[in-house]
Amino acid sequence: MSETTLAPDAMPQNAPGHGAHAGEHGGHSEPTGLWSWITTVDHKRIGVMYFLTSLVFLAIGGIEALIIRVQLFAPEQSVISAETYNQMFTMHGTTMIFLVAMPMAVAFFNYIVPLQIGARDVAFPRLNALSYWVYLFGGIYLNVSWLVGAAPNNSWVGYAPLTSTQYNPGLNADFWVLGLSILGVSSIMGGVNFITTIIQLRAPGMKLMRMPIFTWMTFITSFLLVTALPVIAVALILLAFDRFYATNFFVAASGGDPVLWQHLFWIFGHPEVYILVLPAFGVISDVIPTFSRKPIFGYPVVVYAGVLIGFIGWGVWSHHMFTSGLGPIADSFFVATTMIIAIPTGVKIFNWMATMWGGQIKFNTAMNFAIGLVALFTVGGLSGVMHASAPVDLQQHDSYFVVAHFHYVIVGGILLGMFSGVYYWFPKVTGRFLGEKLGAWHFWTTLVGFNLTFFPMHFSGMYGQPRRTWTYSSQLNVELFNQLSTYGGFILGVSTLIFVWNLWISARRGEKTGSNPWGAASLEWSIPSPPHHYNFPKLPTVQSREPLWHAAERKSIEAVTLQEPNVEPEMPNPSFWPILLASGITATWALVMTGVWWVPLIGLGFTAFCVYMWAFEDPFAKKGDSAGPGAPTKREAAHV
Amino acid sequence: MSEAVLEQQSGGGAAPQDDHHHTATGLNNWKVGFWTFIGSECLFFGTLLSTYMVYKGASLEGPYPRDIFDIPLTTLSTFVLLMSSLAMVLALDGVQKAKRKVAAFWLGVVVVFGGIFLGFQYYEFNHFVHEGLTLSHSVFGSTFYVLTGFHGAHVTVGVIWMATLLVQSLRGKLTPDKALQVEIAGLYWHFVDIVWIVIFVLIYLIP
Repeated sequence: MSETTLAPDAMPQNAPGHGAHAGEHGGHSEPTGLWSWITTVDHKRIGVMYFLTSLVFLAIGGIEALIIRVQLFAPEQSVISAETYNQMFTMHGTTMIFLVAMPMAVAFFNYIVPLQIGARDVAFPRLNALSYWVYLFGGIYLNVSWLVGAAPNNSWVGYAPLTSTQYNPGLNADFWVLGLSILGVSSIMGGVNFITTIIQLRAPGMKLMRMPIFTWMTFITSFLLVTALPVIAVALILLAFDRFYATNFFVAASGGDPVLWQHLFWIFGHPEVYILVLPAFGVISDVIPTFSRKPIFGYPVVVYAGVLIGFIGWGVWSHHMFTSGLGPIADSFFVATTMIIAIPTGVKIFNWMATMWGGQIKFNTAMNFAIGLVALFTVGGLSGVMHASAPVDLQQHDSYFVVAHFHYVIVGGILLGMFSGVYYWFPKVTGRFLGEKLGAWHFWTTLVGFNLTFFPMHFSGMYGQPRRTWTYSSQLNVELFNQLSTYGGFILGVSTLIFVWNLWISARRGEKTGSNPWGAASLEWSIPSPPHHYNFPKLPTVQSREPLWHAAERKSIEAVTLQEPNVEPEMPNPSFWPILLASGITATWALVMTGVWWVPLIGLGFTAFCVYMWAFEDPFAKKGDSAGPGAPTKREAAHV
Repeated sequence: MSEAVLEQQSGGGAAPQDDHHHTATGLNNWKVGFWTFIGSECLFFGTLLSTYMVYKGASLEGPYPRDIFDIPLTTLSTFVLLMSSLAMVLALDGVQKAKRKVAAFWLGVVVVFGGIFLGFQYYEFNHFVHEGLTLSHSVFGSTFYVLTGFHGAHVTVGVIWMATLLVQSLRGKLTPDKALQVEIAGLYWHFVDIVWIVIFVLIYLIP
């Protein structure tokens, strides 16, 4: 391999510890300004855009949650109408799952994975940009429904026949079914891109079993994305045909079966749970070893447990449907598989604890959030094992107990994991630390607010308060629990404000950092903070699982990664076709709403035009050079 | 290193130029990505097929499948589609061996045969509608038209793709270093073909 034998050039070397900003070096200019962001194909910029967009949607979804909590503060209130309430909880759930949790994980995939495997970008940079724009437009489209007063009102699971034209004639469910279809396109493209990236673009010596756990979990999540999303895509297509072209898929009166929707939704929906949580597991599997100063305990077991979760996750979907009358045999099967899937998850919990055991633990904000995940996710996991049992679930189904359960998993697990990742990788992204003092405030208000919001819901659920219901009777004796939840919800709101303020202030005035402020082991910490737009001047060679923790290996890697190259590696040109193609895809779907079969073809025509322009665009063409394919010098440079 | 060799190593071709990295497996990025996409498409058609199978016999009124399927006719259109896959293989061989005319001829055959298949499908849909089976008529109508319609849409995309390659070939732009483009188009075409074989067996042949 030519890469392995490259001697470092006799170039001035950047000492680690000194913020090496891309713009400071002569002969290199990375364009700035709005247009450069719109046309960017750089995975790091796309990652930042994913993160900021998901943060905006987090605020929207959070405000919806607080409106719900205000309505439920006391029994028999009518702060908002029952119809508005339906829209509120539907949009809260849909937003938090599809517009916050998934894309925030994808933000980390984008920024971190290429750096961790030693690549200059993802396998398909323009496709990556397309994924982002489709996500953004899909999210906007979904939320435009508020402006026309017809936000989706069918809950995030959209059970038939609540979505049928007969019982739900307005635009509400139209927005939902089409909006989610658009978002599905984005996720499938992302999955394809990251599978290819991780298989193909690993640096020399970066064997699969040397990859950081975060990259591993991204890998598994990507497989779940490309396999689970088509299932919901078909379900949504069938539903859209029912709504716009009067088919009979979920119409019982014509021989259709509403329960089929539940099956299709949850065949997607349960792998989706692992799509959400595995990235968070990946984040803390990198954070905990770093701040325990120990390699992760049982690396292969952590990897295999993740793979096993990915597989078994396909065989548990009907535990969401125990009350739909599947019969004892089907119920027993899904009880068994659901209890089995708790095993690999439990294994991971013990791996994290064993990693910390005997380590020199450094309790900073990133580590606190990671430990918080281990504790709170376990609570959610335990209540999950409770209603894995069908008879128990019959009591708890659609009660606030279930709401408590999945918020412990999703907020206590996923969101805390994401926060941990933000504190951990912020120095890499910005070259500055994310404030620890505000971080401590953020962590403790989150911890208190979270438990105050969701722990009482276990009780209100047990007392019989049904979820997705506008209000409750004072005779149910759940007023106290609801008031505690509302107080907790507002504390969570404050904690998020602290977080946003911390991001804002630290990005400007935070303490500067070097290439590896935490003394971490993986490749992303071998390059300057923030990285050059080409990441690695030359590709480093990896010899172990913790390349930066072995002195000799680290020296040889940093000799490559911290140097200034003679000739900068050629990166693909910016392109405006991704954003145009994304608008074409969004328009096609949105025009289905007209109900006239040929109108979407207008959008389709534009989409096809963009596909052609895209296909014949040479990503490496020199500016002002219309020769198209064939600029050998460029490619030679890239191959060094 | 000559440009052609470099291009072949990195994939080459108009579309695969995104690939300028070294790859860990030695495989081409577009190939790996496209196989992944085909995996995703398997789940897509799998779900549509499952829906059809679940709803088999659930229609409340006719026409039922046995009333209107014309097996000999569909066998013929299936044969044409299968032969187009053979033409696809020969077209790729032509491109790889720099036989321009051979490649263009077989690409033309793929386009024509794909078009004939679509013509059969248009005739079949038209005929069924006249028999009273519309999209919204029964569960059979809904599942049948949506499943075969999505397959037909895939064939249409394939025909447009092949026609584009044909034009490229006639203009002399499909040189051997662009063979990967044709190979990937071929992967798509064969996949769509295989899906039809499954549809044909499960829906037409098994009563």
